[in-house]
Amino acid sequence: MAELEDMKPGDEAGSRRPMRESLGLFVRWEALLLVLLGCTILYGASVSPYFLQKSSLFYICLNVGEVAIMALPLTLIVVTGEIDLSVASMLGLCGVAMAELFKHGWGIWPAMIVAVLLGAVLGGFNGFLVTRVGLPSLAVTIGTLTLYRGIAQGILPTDTIGGFPSHLTNIGVLPVPGTRIPYSILFFGALAVVFAVVLHATPLGRRIFAIGAGQEAAFFAGIRVKRIKFWLFVLSGMLSGFAGVLWSLRFASARYDSAIGMELVVVTIVLLGGISIFGGRGTIAGVVIAVAVLGCLQTAMTDDQIPAQDQNIVVGALLIASVILPNAGELYRRARARLRSAEARRHAAAAIQSEGP
Amino acid sequence: MTAVAEERNVAEARPSSHRLAELIFRFRELGIVLALIIVVGATAIDNHLFLSATSLQNLLSSASIIALLAIGETIVIVTRNVDLSIGSVLGISAYAVGVLYRDHPHISIGLVFLAALGIGVVCGVVNGAVVTLARVPSLVVTLGTLYIIRGIDGAWAGGNQVNSSMLPENFNKIGYGTLAGIPYLGIIAIVAVAIATYAMRSFRTARDLYAIGSDPEAARLAGIPVGWRVFLAFVLSGAIAGLSGAVWLSYYGSVDAIAGVGYEFQVIAAVVVGGVAIFGGSGTVLGAALGALLLNTINSALVVVNVSSFWSSAVAGAMLIGAIAFDRLIAVRVAPSLRSRRRRRG
Repeated sequence: MAELEDMKPGDEAGSRRPMRESLGLFVRWEALLLVLLGCTILYGASVSPYFLQKSSLFYICLNVGEVAIMALPLTLIVVTGEIDLSVASMLGLCGVAMAELFKHGWGIWPAMIVAVLLGAVLGGFNGFLVTRVGLPSLAVTIGTLTLYRGIAQGILPTDTIGGFPSHLTNIGVLPVPGTRIPYSILFFGALAVVFAVVLHATPLGRRIFAIGAGQEAAFFAGIRVKRIKFWLFVLSGMLSGFAGVLWSLRFASARYDSAIGMELVVVTIVLLGGISIFGGRGTIAGVVIAVAVLGCLQTAMTDDQIPAQDQNIVVGALLIASVILPNAGELYRRARARLRSAEARRHAAAAIQSEGP
Repeated sequence: MTAVAEERNVAEARPSSHRLAELIFRFRELGIVLALIIVVGATAIDNHLFLSATSLQNLLSSASIIALLAIGETIVIVTRNVDLSIGSVLGISAYAVGVLYRDHPHISIGLVFLAALGIGVVCGVVNGAVVTLARVPSLVVTLGTLYIIRGIDGAWAGGNQVNSSMLPENFNKIGYGTLAGIPYLGIIAIVAVAIATYAMRSFRTARDLYAIGSDPEAARLAGIPVGWRVFLAFVLSGAIAGLSGAVWLSYYGSVDAIAGVGYEFQVIAAVVVGGVAIFGGSGTVLGAALGALLLNTINSALVVVNVSSFWSSAVAGAMLIGAIAFDRLIAVRVAPSLRSRRRRRG
């Protein structure tokens, strides 16, 4: 990702302050997100009378649980200026691995643990290629997106493996006892707290921001850039593996195409959450609100009987909007400056002409 | 690379491993051809039918579509950008052509290709405009349009399908016809690659694209209109993907909402295997097309040696990673030899 940043002309790089900073405390990005969340809830309430009932909270949360878990490590990776597009493929492959082991007589718990460890290995492979071989994370994770999904497809081409113990598959239909929250969101909540503390209140978090703000500078400040990035990729793989376990249990089956294309939603959540694609900026709180927005939006659209593929139009547009909007203030200023200089040229030309003869 | 070529004569006292590395680096196309021969040879020993005329014609035809798309993707990647939306553009253009023929059976073939081109150009303009005007990484933009265009395609097509009986004979013939044993699709791809190779080597605008990819900042200071050139690259990539949609339909004969899903990864793998640097700034269209041929040959070979075709996507991913890792390794090995030579001369 870092090399894409070079596309910006240099003399403007310094003046490129994103809108969410220049507008000050009143209109922080998170505040805008809360407004968006409110709009989404209003939309949901307008299309379905059940949307605002307590029971629908469970389904809203259930739909984004796994995606939300994968969004957390991706947040840290994007803050360091890298990207991981392979998360959904790791989810699929780990789910298939768990199911295959279970089918071949393993206990469900060992199979689940191996799936999570496999996720760590897959993420470690990404991290190794990015940090030790020195390849751009964009290219590496486009490759492993295809590779991991391809391996899952090779192992389990057309079949579906099910038959997991029902006390575990219940996590897809039953909330945590005494609440209306599904298990996946419980895990997400706990992880979000840990991630928020680590990112915003520990030296490690400050190092992660420092890497995103300037890789070279961070390196010369004594930060182990490569090591931190490597472990972030491992973490991303591990939590994707965990999400794969949850996904397979929720649907009570594993298929090679589980969560295919879901990297769109994960990346959208992270960027909508206000994490700068150029690295170095963003908050976990923003990502948590973005999870809520996506959850409400998808459930509302499903209530509105919009088919899944059409929902992707909205999510894709949201993704593009969430990278354009932070630049909007700067774009506006640039357009105005260009108009002014054009006008000044016209005036000057007119003045010369009138003096001429 | 030109500097390397000029200094070729002065390089005598280098360690042989470095010379080997440079050779590999310089003759990437040769390497791919060698790999092709090995794959074809090994498969033919296993099953001689692999070398039958029909088999080779099929191989060339299906590789042609990926090769066409690879031309557009090369143009974009050379500028240090990426276009992930080509599979979706191909899909929507193929469906549009199908619908055109279904509703107006006697429409002229030129008009059909014009429509396909138009759809591709519109998609390319959207991608290019957002990337250059909003200064947003192309990865994010085209990941978004990948799903947006596919979503529009899905909403339009629904569960419908256009099949070959609704298409006129002269259109279908593009897909299966041959000239002196060479399928039309192969001829189209070869001509397109030849034109693109010439253009990318000789046209000033095309050289600008390489300059932008090598160093966007330096290119801008040299007076190259970076924004317009990157915009143009995306429009060309979209246009080629749109035209490929019509070609795709003529080959496969029927189209629904999932035409071309996942092609972007096959194409990027082909381009990178063909020696186009993912960092931008170097690589040829010819290499990318050969990469497409190699990838397709391996996929067909897998089926012949009784490996399920379900592994094809894993092969594409592995080759993509292998290729970029290989390039990196070569670059790391070549860099010191270049440096030491510069010291010797200076």
